[in-house]
Amino acid sequence: MEAFISLFSQYDVPAAFLVNIELTLWSALFSMILGVILVMMRISPVASLRTVSCAYVELFKNMPLTIIMVFMVLGAYAQLKLSFSDTFATNFFWLAVTGLSLYTAAFVCESLRSGINTVPIGQAEAARALGLNFMQSATQIILPQAFRGSVAPLGNTLIALLKNSTVAAAASVATETSSLMSEMIEYRSDVIVPIFLIFAFGYVILIIPIGMLTTYLSNKLAVRR
Amino acid sequence: MASNESAVLFDQPGPKGRKTIRIVNWIAGIIFAVVLVLILMRLHNPPDGENQLSWELWKPALDAEAWTDFYLPGLWATIRASVLAVIGAVVFGLLFGIGRLLPNVIIRAVSGAIVEFARAVPVLLLMIFFWRWFAFAGLPSPAYWAVVLALVIYNGSVVAELVRSGVGNLPNGQREASLALGLTRTQSLIQIEVPQAIYAMLPAAVTQLVVVLKDTALGSIIMYTDLLQESRRLGSMYFNILQTLVVAAVVYFIVCWLLSRLAEWLPSRMQQHTAAPAEPEPVAPIAIMDPSNVNQIAVAKEGVPLGGAQRLYHVHHRGTNASIHRWRETRYVQGYDETHPESQIEFDKNGKPIKDNPLEDLMKEAKKKEAEHHQGKGQSKTDRES
Repeated sequence: MEAFISLFSQYDVPAAFLVNIELTLWSALFSMILGVILVMMRISPVASLRTVSCAYVELFKNMPLTIIMVFMVLGAYAQLKLSFSDTFATNFFWLAVTGLSLYTAAFVCESLRSGINTVPIGQAEAARALGLNFMQSATQIILPQAFRGSVAPLGNTLIALLKNSTVAAAASVATETSSLMSEMIEYRSDVIVPIFLIFAFGYVILIIPIGMLTTYLSNKLAVRR
Repeated sequence: MASNESAVLFDQPGPKGRKTIRIVNWIAGIIFAVVLVLILMRLHNPPDGENQLSWELWKPALDAEAWTDFYLPGLWATIRASVLAVIGAVVFGLLFGIGRLLPNVIIRAVSGAIVEFARAVPVLLLMIFFWRWFAFAGLPSPAYWAVVLALVIYNGSVVAELVRSGVGNLPNGQREASLALGLTRTQSLIQIEVPQAIYAMLPAAVTQLVVVLKDTALGSIIMYTDLLQESRRLGSMYFNILQTLVVAAVVYFIVCWLLSRLAEWLPSRMQQHTAAPAEPEPVAPIAIMDPSNVNQIAVAKEGVPLGGAQRLYHVHHRGTNASIHRWRETRYVQGYDETHPESQIEFDKNGKPIKDNPLEDLMKEAKKKEAEHHQGKGQSKTDRES
């Protein structure tokens, strides 16, 4: 038991979870911005914007996240010399955030689209009848209601993003949970099950509040029609 | 509804609007073309690196040896793991999905806890854990079994939720009829409800196959020689990792895309076998903790590709706990059903329709007419009498 406790003084488990949370929050921010842009392009009357948005979503929905992460490090960084910082750790962190954001944006776009489909056509027709143009009716009438309608799928996307942040290990982020767990198991293979359970319950504890909040918000914010 | 969302925001533009749209279309097209050219130029001439577009780098990534020695064995390893994982996931999902619906409280609680735990733990953590464990235990090919088992546990929990929401979305009449025939609750569940739920969830299971296939790529982190790992090996041999990764990505994309199309086509076939709506992506119930997968989002569809089944009703939050066993009443949860307006009646707590009953006006009108008719008759009668 004492050896087990000393294991935790040696390895900083909360710090590893903090790295994952940081990855999640940054990627959530950027993928949200990109996702909103994509969904606006998707519903716009301009054919070329629609095509590009559609192609983007199809591409990233049917692509493993791991290959995107590996590509960020071995392709974009090593071959194309795309880098964010001279410090290795910071650079890999932001490369991982880029990969996660690009991947998640496709799912944010799909969530928002399912939200847009909950807005009755009458709302848009009324907006047009009032003389609002595309940008006005999109930003003031449709998207606010669409956000309220897509709380549940967006919450699910956030949960998936938190879980996907472990794949940052493929982008050489060595301080996050899956890398740390691997390291701890290698060091203490005799207590492999407790180590796994600690990390697993860490995620359960992080994810339960998000799920509860999502359910509460999606009921609270749903537009009653 | 979902069918033509472009029509939601703008109607047929006039001549002026068409002109603006044409101009914006061209500008956007030119911007995207410029971005594409910039990316190609960067590939052609990266700072202190070699030309990534040169045939010398692409040739070893594309020739016959690359396919026979690397990509195809890798793809086979990927498919082998995914097929086994899907079969295992369906078994796991049926077991615990039914367990979560059984009348026995203990079985229900245990399967609920297992399913919720399995959904919340990242697949990569599961994989690393099993890999190390199997390796220490001295099992043969630990990476392969770790990939399969991790995917079985995670996707099995998703299938379990699909079974639960599939049963929840069946019309109440199915269960009521089987109870009336003298079946017990468990018999009705296993003989009547679950078989129909399976038909309803098959398309979703195919969608899950896409998730499984994508997640096998995680296996490359634990040294499983799947398509990604093989392409990395090939790339490190010829120093053309970017090219081999692109080829692997294209292969992944084609396989996943074909599977997604199959999942869209299936519902029309499956609809014939079930009273529940067969959807390509039914939404798993939003339980207290809902760590469901991204691919569980009700993805909006444009039209009915490949002549799939018409959606029976709006999907948005279909399958939430709120709607289970009250599927016709929760119009607020499910949105308005265009194809079945007569079913869009709101009920109050006592099960009486409150408002917005489209039949009500018609019935009132009919009654009024009838009353007038009778009155008219009576009137003429009295007229005659007088």
